Amino acid sequence: MFVRKTRPISLTLRVLLFVSIAIGLSLFLTASLVMSSVNHHFMEQDAAELQVITLSIETVLKQSNDTTQLKDALSHAVSGHHSVYYQVESSQPAFLFRSNETDFTQTTESLQPSQTIDTDSLHIWQSDGKMYRGAITTISESALSFRVIAAVDMGFHLQFLNEFREGLWLIMLGTGIATLLITWLGIRQGHRPLRGLSNNLHEIETNHLHLRIDTATVPIELLELAQSFNHMIGRLEEGFERLSHFSSDIAHELRTPLTNLITQTQVTLNKSREPDIYRELIYSNLEELERLTKMVGDMLWLAKCDNDLIKPVMQPLDLTEEIAVLFDFFEALAEEKQIVLILEGQQPHIMGDRSLLRRALSNLLSNAIRHTPHGENIVVKLETSTDNTASISITNPSDDIPSEHLSKLFDRFYRVDPSRQQQSEGTGLGLAITKSIIESHGGSISVDSGNDAITFSALLPLQNKSGNPVTSK
Amino acid sequence: MRLLVVEDEVKAGDYIRQGLTEAGFMITLARNGLDGYHLAMTEKFEVIILDVMLPDVDGWRILKSFREAGHQTPVLFLTARDSVDDRVKGLELGADDYLVKPFAFAELLARIRTLLRRGASANLASQLSIADLVLDIPRRRATRSGKKISLSQKEFALLELLVRRQSEVLPRTLIASEVWDMNFDSDTNVIDVAIRRLRAKVDDDFEPKLIHTVRGMGYKLDLEEDDVCA
Repeated sequence: MFVRKTRPISLTLRVLLFVSIAIGLSLFLTASLVMSSVNHHFMEQDAAELQVITLSIETVLKQSNDTTQLKDALSHAVSGHHSVYYQVESSQPAFLFRSNETDFTQTTESLQPSQTIDTDSLHIWQSDGKMYRGAITTISESALSFRVIAAVDMGFHLQFLNEFREGLWLIMLGTGIATLLITWLGIRQGHRPLRGLSNNLHEIETNHLHLRIDTATVPIELLELAQSFNHMIGRLEEGFERLSHFSSDIAHELRTPLTNLITQTQVTLNKSREPDIYRELIYSNLEELERLTKMVGDMLWLAKCDNDLIKPVMQPLDLTEEIAVLFDFFEALAEEKQIVLILEGQQPHIMGDRSLLRRALSNLLSNAIRHTPHGENIVVKLETSTDNTASISITNPSDDIPSEHLSKLFDRFYRVDPSRQQQSEGTGLGLAITKSIIESHGGSISVDSGNDAITFSALLPLQNKSGNPVTSK
Repeated sequence: MRLLVVEDEVKAGDYIRQGLTEAGFMITLARNGLDGYHLAMTEKFEVIILDVMLPDVDGWRILKSFREAGHQTPVLFLTARDSVDDRVKGLELGADDYLVKPFAFAELLARIRTLLRRGASANLASQLSIADLVLDIPRRRATRSGKKISLSQKEFALLELLVRRQSEVLPRTLIASEVWDMNFDSDTNVIDVAIRRLRAKVDDDFEPKLIHTVRGMGYKLDLEEDDVCA
């Protein structure tokens, strides 16, 4: 199925998105808080003023009994207060006083009078196109009940609040944009080491694999990345080097026999010869060609193994029996050199691929026979280690091999003595093949030299949980 | 014995034809897949040798249609790619054997003979003999001119193989595989040594010599000595 791949949103955008949400939220909360406290402050101010006015009206109402005098008294009751309006009404007897033209009767009809005047008991209404905030109280004086409406014109406050709100919004917007801009700069600045890293990486090419990132110059957050990257390049360099050595080795290994073939053939064809000579040449060529074929076959096999194309088919194997079969095979060869093959120890069954393991062990044994002097012994020892591994070690007498050669014995085409020619030496790939096979079984192989003996030890897991073991490289 | 060889590569085809003709077979050589398919379907052959990589119709398709048409002729396929999948595919499609290029000619001959022998009733005789050499199979004993030859078990198995397939050149890999069950190309001269020791016991004190080295190819057991024997 076709799956469309979309690039995840950029890191800068992600950070900016979250920062803008955070900034927006906090600015919004701050603004709301400021607005509501200003509003509240106005309410308190209004409440205090309305209280004073109501008190003055109450004083007037208590002092005078005559309704005609009352109106006059009420018109003077409040002084020194601007934009303050009040209305006193009574139904029994009918009485109405208004401090100005605006009639509050209709708009406040439905509002309930309250006992005290505070921020909670204030009402807001609209009369003649103006907004008023007011308090409604009932004052009873010797059987007369007055409804007192005191109100403040909110126009001034509202205008102030509106201007204030606009200013606040502008400040918020400016702050928000400035914050995002600075954040963006910060991110860019923060990503600079990444760009530096990327520039460094650009310089690493196949012929510059020795280059590494200087971990001292990267920020702590990128340290791990840089280290992993260096490790990766290290492994690549190693593999690459091995590969290029292998390639030049192949070229060398192939060139020698090919040169022989060509020279031999050309020299022989140079003049007319007896049929026997030609036959000799063709035989000699055949031998050389067969060796080349085997070498190509072995190299292909190793290449396949490197690419996990060789899959061991696991089955229970009796190692003791397997060694006995191999001894049978090599018996004649060993007896020719009066070499005695000795098997020590016992081994429970292991899981393994019979033909692959035979090939691996036969390479080790033939290698041992080849390098053992006349009349000596080769000892194959089977042991079970504590950590659930079977150990197979093959020891034969040998000159001590310097340790710098030891680790390279499993390398392809490696020869301890470079001057020694390949004749009778096999293809130089036997031990490499053995190593690949043992590793494809999840095991390991090592070599030890000392006390005039050399020992190859292969460790194989006793039980392989899966059919296809992990191939270690 | 008529064999069909389907091989597009000119040089390889010529040499396989020459080699097999000299080994006593009658060879029909097809240079491409269509010709090969046509010949296989219309004429009668004992064994068909089929190259997988052909320019027009590949070997797999020829093999498939051939088997689907109900033909039972043994087919040996030649492949340059030695992958397990290829082998499995070939054998599943009904091939009887396969050889990976490059192969030793002796190997090809031995495989063809094995295919030809298949079907023929196995030689269950309890005694095999050639000249004055007699093998008593059930008792695993060998005598020559009535004298007992003492052989190890593997030596007897080796001798039995040589006698059963007398006059046939047996490549070293085939001997290693048949006698010791070593199915890989060992880089040692184990087989040479084993043959040398066997020869010392079987041939040294007797005439005529039976075990012969065919240089560059392998070994054979025969009454007559070829001029190529060393």
